[in-house]
This record gives sequence, structure tokens and C-alpha cells, in this order.
Amino acid sequence: MAAKASRAAFGEALLELGARDPRIVTLDADLSKSTMTARFAKAYPERGFNLGIAESNMVGVGAGLALTGKIPFVCSFACFVVGRFETIRISVAYTNANVKIVGTHSGIAIGEDGYSQMGLEDIACVRALPNVPIVQPADELETRQAVAYAVEHQGPLYLRLTRQNLEPVCPPDYRFRLGRWLTLRAGRDVTLVASGGTVFNALEAAGRLEADGISAEVLNAASIKPLDEDALVRSAAKTKHVVTVEDHSIHGGLGGAVAETLAEVLPTPVKRLGVTGFGESGDPKGLYVKHGLDPAGIATSVKKFLNR
Amino acid sequence: MADATLDAIACACRVQIIRMLTHAGSGHPGGSLSVIDLLTSIVFGRLRHDPKRPDWVDRDRIVLSKGHAVPALYAVMARAGYFPESHLITLRKLGSPLQGHPDRVALPGIEAATGSLGQGLSIALGMALGLKLAGSPARVYCILGDGEVQEGQVWEAAMAAPKLGQPDHPLDNLTVIVDYNKIQLDDFTKKILDLEPLVAKWQGFGWPVLEIDGHDLAQIAKALDAAEATRGTPTLIVAHTVKGKGVSFMENNPEWHGKSPKPEEAVTAIREILGVGEVAWPDYLKTDATTRALVDELRALETR
Repeated sequence: MAAKASRAAFGEALLELGARDPRIVTLDADLSKSTMTARFAKAYPERGFNLGIAESNMVGVGAGLALTGKIPFVCSFACFVVGRFETIRISVAYTNANVKIVGTHSGIAIGEDGYSQMGLEDIACVRALPNVPIVQPADELETRQAVAYAVEHQGPLYLRLTRQNLEPVCPPDYRFRLGRWLTLRAGRDVTLVASGGTVFNALEAAGRLEADGISAEVLNAASIKPLDEDALVRSAAKTKHVVTVEDHSIHGGLGGAVAETLAEVLPTPVKRLGVTGFGESGDPKGLYVKHGLDPAGIATSVKKFLNR
Repeated sequence: MADATLDAIACACRVQIIRMLTHAGSGHPGGSLSVIDLLTSIVFGRLRHDPKRPDWVDRDRIVLSKGHAVPALYAVMARAGYFPESHLITLRKLGSPLQGHPDRVALPGIEAATGSLGQGLSIALGMALGLKLAGSPARVYCILGDGEVQEGQVWEAAMAAPKLGQPDHPLDNLTVIVDYNKIQLDDFTKKILDLEPLVAKWQGFGWPVLEIDGHDLAQIAKALDAAEATRGTPTLIVAHTVKGKGVSFMENNPEWHGKSPKPEEAVTAIREILGVGEVAWPDYLKTDATTRALVDELRALETR
């Protein structure tokens, strides 16, 4: 498989699933060309709705559709859709409406558009809602399975997707399961927990660390909530050092979830890599270098964390 | 159902609203009393539903967007048979499905969690659209508070509704009612953020608008009929109401937006709702054992 953006894989998967399942509908807020649902809406015009630039209403209409048996995918940039948090909190979560919230353009990797378009706090927000799982696939294969899972899952779910292309990282026989993480690389000295767009870079960093005599284990945390406590604790017990790598604020995201869990279950030193302030405009590669999310930056942080 | 019967039901529901709020020691009497004639008219005048099958797919739906008035909804639901009337006094108590604001998961028959204002109309749009797509004959009734109309999401939904589903599935299965009681929590709506010209605003967004007295059962029925007969678009009914309707000291008084009556105030409120004068009240209680038991029940709360 070639590199592909998870938003693109999502759009293709939904188009295929829509042919088999008439319950699937898409809702957009004037970004269907960007969220990649435009082809779905064109193929199934009775099931693709563009609500205009009015995300709160879009979320609520999605809830109403879900309450009549549809499976709505409510789509926008991660920051715009999760930004309507109060509507998600009551109309979707508390109502327990079977709505799939899809946030594309997550993280600083969107690049040039700058901070106002970057979803950097969405995981922190959704994590606080008791009944909304968070899924962030790392490549095309995983995205297709995550979308299929979202259709089957009864209840709300948040799917976090990227604008940028993602290199394949999952083996061909991989099967996504909620609450389960895949060990992409085994190691002894440190555990790298990455998700979505940072998984490939974490693997690259592990390769660099190996050259320096550091054996890094890499876990793909596609299921951010619930996280895979067994896999996390097992790996942490072995390596005694955990580094989280995410294109999201270090506050309340994957790193926060990992640190909270380990603090309670198996206190382990944790280093959270991610975004510490606001994002900014720039080329995506340059932004990853600046924020230390590129392979070299991750490797440097890991070595510093291990005092090596 | 004849207006006299509906009127009697609305009266009984008003008594239950006062009763449950007095037991709860908190809650929103003003907006519950302003909306009860509308709710009674819908639920007992025309709603196609089955309290024994709250998940019946082709049921008509009520979305009470002004969720703080849920005591009024609980009163009609109990009377319709969704749960025993005796459960009403568990309102707002630990463990009760009768939450302070509607909880769909806790109480079958509640269609959506509301009370965080401004959200119900969007949900109602989605329901109406979903029902149309499914070919269901069911209708959706959405009740908005007037203060709530200050929320931006209401206007997102108002702009979307006349266009959503067109041309094959217009939302003419949706009736939206504004309970225009002119008062919000802090003060009169006119003083906080005036809604006027309210009718012209909705008309400008493409809605047919009917204006009625929201306590006149004949006018309510006529407007609901007209909305149901309208094709190609949802209809808005602006129902002019009186906050605290039926209880003299609560009527048109912002103080009674969100405060429960004390037991003696509740007894006075019930006497007024029943239309009994002060002088005749002792004799009335001698002949009406049910009301007498209720008065005793509420007075017993004084000592707790």
C-alpha cells in the first residue's frame, strides 16, 4: 500500500460501506471536499447532507438522525467539530445518540493554514465524555477497519483523522479492535506510545535509537480511549520508561491518558512529546522538526529522557 | 378530546407540577406552568404514541428544548401512563430517573437530553428528516423557550430547517412552538435581550408563522391542525403565554423562574389552580379527599 491520508481512506471506506448499509449518512459543514465525504454525498445524494457553516446545528441534526435509526458521520476539521463541545456533550453523549463524530485535519501537520485550523485539544475534550471512545488510525489499512468498526459500534464515537499522507505501518493481517494496541516493534529499554500521524515517525526514531544501542518498543495506540491498559502496563513493566508521541497538546491527550493510567497502576517515568503551546503556520515537515515530532527529534528526546 | 377534558387534565398537571417542585425543594415552576397547556394539547389532543412502547419507531416525538420545564413533561407523561404518578415526587432526588433536566437514557419516553439551551431544535430537525427518509408518518413537536431563542444554534437550525430535505423530504412533519412567556432567569426578556420582532425574524428565515394565545385550547388546537396540514415546510407557532400561569403570585414574576414554592405557598397555588376561593377552601377540602390528602402531604414537608 502507498502512503495515504487517513481522511482519504475514510472517504473511500465510507463510500464502500454506504453501498451495503443504507443507515449510513454523512453530515458536513461546507468542508466535504476536505473531509472527503463529497464522493459519498454524490453517490448517495439522499444520504449526504451539507448543513452549511453551522457546526453546532450539524452535530444536533446528526443526533436527531441517529435517534431515528440512521448512522450519521458528522464531519469537519477536528477543531471545528469538537469545538462545538457543549452540543456534543448533551445532544450526542448524554443523549447517547449513535453519532460518529469525525475530526479531520488534526494536529500541526496541516501546516500552512496555521493554528486556528489545527485540532490540538480535541482529544482532551472528548476524553472527558464518559461514553465516547476515541479512535485514531495510523495508516490506510487501519483507517478502513476503524471506519467499519465505527459503523458496528453502538453509541457515539470520535474518529480522529489526518490531512497528511500516512505511510503504511500495520501488517496486512492486522485487525483493529477497540481497546487493543498493536506492538509494531518489540524492545527492552523504552516504550514509545504513538498514535495516528506520529506512529511512522516513532518507528523511524526506534530505528535510529537502535543504531545508538537503545532498544525501543513501539506501540500503536489507535484506540486512545479506552486505551489498552494490559499492553501499556506489560510494556512499561519491561522497559521501565515510557515516551508518548502525539500530534496534539501534551495536556489531556494520549500522553495524559498514559500518564494517568501508569500513575495509578504501575508508576513509571513518562515523557510526553507533543505540542506544548499554540501551533503556527509553516511546512508540515518543518513544524514537526520544530516541535520535536520528527524521527530525529523523537530520538533526541528519548536519549535525553534515558540520560544516554 | 374535548377542550373541557383537556382543560381538566392541564389543571391536574398544574397541581402535580406544584406538588413535585415542592417536594424537590428546587426547580422551575414559571416555565412549567406556561408550557403545560401546550403540552397537554399535544399529548392528549393528538400525539400518536404508546406509553407501553416508548421505542415504537413510528411514534410522534416531543423534544422539550426548554428542558428546565421538564416537570410539565413529567406530569403529562405520568398521566399518559409512562410511569406511575406516585413517582413524580422523586423529581431531582438521588437515584430518580426524573432528573432535574430531561435524561433520555434514564427515563424511557424522553426523546433527547435537553436543558443546555439552544440544542433541541437541531435534534428535532434530524428526527424529522430521519422519519421522512424512512417514510414514517410520525410527527415531531419541538418546544422552545423564548429566552432560549437567544442561543445562536437556534438560528443555525432555523436557517437550515426550511431547506433541509428539499425537495423530496421537506420537514413538514415538524411543528415548532415558542413558549413566549416574556421572562427569562435574570429578568424580562425585553430587558435582557429583546427577541422582537420575533415573528418577522422567523418569517425572514422562510418559516410560516402562526401567532396564538398559548393558554387558549381552541387556538392551540387550530394552530396545531394548521401546522399539520401545511405541506413543504415546517411551521412555527409563536404561543404567547404567561409565565407561572394559574398561580397569581407566580404570574409574570421573574422571581418564580427557578424557585420552588414553600409548602404553604404550594397549598395556596393549588387552591388557585383549582379555582377555589379562600373562604370556600376549608369546605372544599372536606368534600375532596384527594386534595385534602395532597395538602396534608405538602404541609408535612414543612417539618422536615
